[in-house]
Amino acid sequence: MVEMSTSPALLAPGELRRPALRERLSRKVWEVAETIATPLAPADYLDIFNPLRPGADLRGRIVKVVPETADAATIEIKPGADWEDHVPGQYVRVGVEVDGVRHWRAYSLTHGPRRDGHISITVKAVPDGKVSSHLVRRLRPGRIVHLEQAAGDFVLPGDLRGHKLLMVTAGSGVTPVIGMLRNLFPVTDEGVVERQRLDVTVVHVAPSRPDSIFIRNLESLAEAGAIRLVTRYSGTEGRLDIDTLTEIVPDLRERTAYACGPAGLLDSLQAWYDAEGLPLQTEQFRLGPVVTTGDGQSGGTVTFTGKSIEAPGGKPILDAAEEAGVLMPSGCRMGICFGCVLPMKEGAVRDLRNGEVTVARPGETGPEGIPIQTCISAAAGECVIDHPA
Amino acid sequence: MTIAPDAPAYAGPIAHLSHDDIEQLGRELDAIRQDVLDTRGERDAAYIHKVIKVQRSLELGSRAVLLASIFPPAFVVGTVGLSIAKILDNMEIGHNIMHGQWDWMRDPKIHSTVWEWDNASTSEGWKHSHNELHHAYTNIVGKDNDLGWGIMRVDEEQRWTPASLAQPLMNFLNMCIFEYGIAAYDLELGKMRRLKKSGRDMPEGWHEMASNTVAKIRRQALKDYVAHPLLSMVTLSGPTTLLANLAANFTRNVWTHSVIMCGHFPEGVETFELKDIPDNETRGEWYVRQMLGSANISGSKLLHLMSGNLSHQIEHHIFPDLPSNRYAEIAPKVRALFDKYGLNYHTAPMPQQVASAWHKVVRLSLPNGFLESTTVKNAPSQIGKLIKAVRGDTRTRRRLLKEFEAAGAASVGKAV
Repeated sequence: MVEMSTSPALLAPGELRRPALRERLSRKVWEVAETIATPLAPADYLDIFNPLRPGADLRGRIVKVVPETADAATIEIKPGADWEDHVPGQYVRVGVEVDGVRHWRAYSLTHGPRRDGHISITVKAVPDGKVSSHLVRRLRPGRIVHLEQAAGDFVLPGDLRGHKLLMVTAGSGVTPVIGMLRNLFPVTDEGVVERQRLDVTVVHVAPSRPDSIFIRNLESLAEAGAIRLVTRYSGTEGRLDIDTLTEIVPDLRERTAYACGPAGLLDSLQAWYDAEGLPLQTEQFRLGPVVTTGDGQSGGTVTFTGKSIEAPGGKPILDAAEEAGVLMPSGCRMGICFGCVLPMKEGAVRDLRNGEVTVARPGETGPEGIPIQTCISAAAGECVIDHPA
Repeated sequence: MTIAPDAPAYAGPIAHLSHDDIEQLGRELDAIRQDVLDTRGERDAAYIHKVIKVQRSLELGSRAVLLASIFPPAFVVGTVGLSIAKILDNMEIGHNIMHGQWDWMRDPKIHSTVWEWDNASTSEGWKHSHNELHHAYTNIVGKDNDLGWGIMRVDEEQRWTPASLAQPLMNFLNMCIFEYGIAAYDLELGKMRRLKKSGRDMPEGWHEMASNTVAKIRRQALKDYVAHPLLSMVTLSGPTTLLANLAANFTRNVWTHSVIMCGHFPEGVETFELKDIPDNETRGEWYVRQMLGSANISGSKLLHLMSGNLSHQIEHHIFPDLPSNRYAEIAPKVRALFDKYGLNYHTAPMPQQVASAWHKVVRLSLPNGFLESTTVKNAPSQIGKLIKAVRGDTRTRRRLLKEFEAAGAASVGKAV
């Protein structure tokens, strides 16, 4: 629109009306496209040809899967055109189909922004980890995954002058830190390039050296004198506690501290820093377990938007909610019409027909939650359902 | 017939089954269902993704070809392609996704709550009348609108009136404009007219549903009959594109109508009276009603695909939410249960099922017993009586209808 054009002086005379016309035209073209594509959207057809195009839902194509250790791999992804870049240390949520079912997980980005525009995540296959095992062992180049924009505030200060850094990493907690380090110290054919004099200490905890993702990268950074690396192999050296940490890093209190790893380590570090009145940046991906009742009898609290009800384990959530005065969508009441489907954001439900439990963890469901049929599902623990009560 | 063993009217094709038999049958069907759930996965997801991709490519390709439809070969290829694309969209994709068969994939785009199909009915309206009413109350006269779509007499126990004579014609017309017939019946227009006459209020949300349907019909018509023909004007192919769209919708209508007639209309498929359904119908009893109220079409893989696997109507009605690509796989197990419990697994090739369904429509357009008792020799006198029944007063009609029924029963007895 003309009035929105901030500096008409930049336009040659006679070009003044062009943006408005172009905008109107493109809107018209889009309307026509929508009319001829109905009842689908034009995007449904365009996705066949280019799922990574601008304007598409954010996706990425797998470029490479590189093994890091016996049970970890780095996955290089070419993100869709609308990827908005990221800051080292941030994470990305990835939606991937495992056995035909879409799951979402968050992984640290293990590269700073790269020249080829690709992003990478490094995944460790955790025991019983459906998604991580799939990513490490079965994912092949060419496959499309779903993405969300990078997020998270586990990032370095914008201006590092005057900062001495401490990074405590344990297990796969090294992944956001390696993203930061790679950005701080680019590697060329001649070796590590240090952009500015930095004082970085990395304390890395792992069961053993072969179990450590990126250990070679850390070691070569240390050999190049870029970082001071302290490794702690808990399999042989026992676990790291805060007293040994103050011994290893005598100037601990002077350092801007980052920590990423399992909850136990982070909790004890956080407690120490809190007691000292010092700041600590932490990042943790292991999610709290959803409590499910194992007996198949007891139910739980079902929380709707604005109201919570107690739902027994043997009664459909639909019935329990209606008895408590919640207006619910409903249909056949026997599980066949799908007229009662509502998104569960969090929690666990049990299918009353066969006992199967469906779990939704925040962060691991899609943005829309997991849709459940309330007429055949009973609460199997606390549940949060996205529905106004 | 009834399936409540304790009801006094208990009779029919399950008379030999005890209550325990029926519950055992239900458990055996549950086990078949669980087997599929346990092995549901990547292969199934790949299947629906592929069908959707093929459908979209076929539709795009056909529409592109139709841009040159002024050339007869392009017209033929485009029309055939578009017809197939529309049939795939409605049958194997739309119908089954809206049943929730693919909800387990947690793909927010291929989901029963959001899917919209290339049809005059809105997904919302169709899910209500089809998933909720038809599938829960399968073949219950008066409850299940699919039985005759509210415009036909489909059971001997429904009253014959002279208007019934027109039902073969009605069925034919409905076939030609089937998508609009379905849109109208989703709105329960017949019921609404009765409500209006008696001065009662329309149900809550009906007006919104009706305006959604009108909007959907407008969008669909705008696409097929205005936008695409206009695009084709560039190559002077506007009129032929319009014709191709009309032909594709007509073909899709005739095909879906025929497939759907095969599901519940053929002779020998049971219908039920609401009064005979027990208040607390058990899962086993519900299963049996689905088993007896449905009929299959036997044929090739292509036929199963193009019918949206409604050729496995029996399996679909027993397990409406299992992925359609699995019906063929479990059909032998289901059939074995029919045999084990002495029930009739109703299946036949498509021409036979379509003919049988039409036979029923014609037979029931006539008074009970009329067709059975009519031979070439007595035809003139039978038709004379029929005309008298149409023209005569109520008493004459009632007498003649009784006569037809008696003659029919007698001639069937003779044949046996």
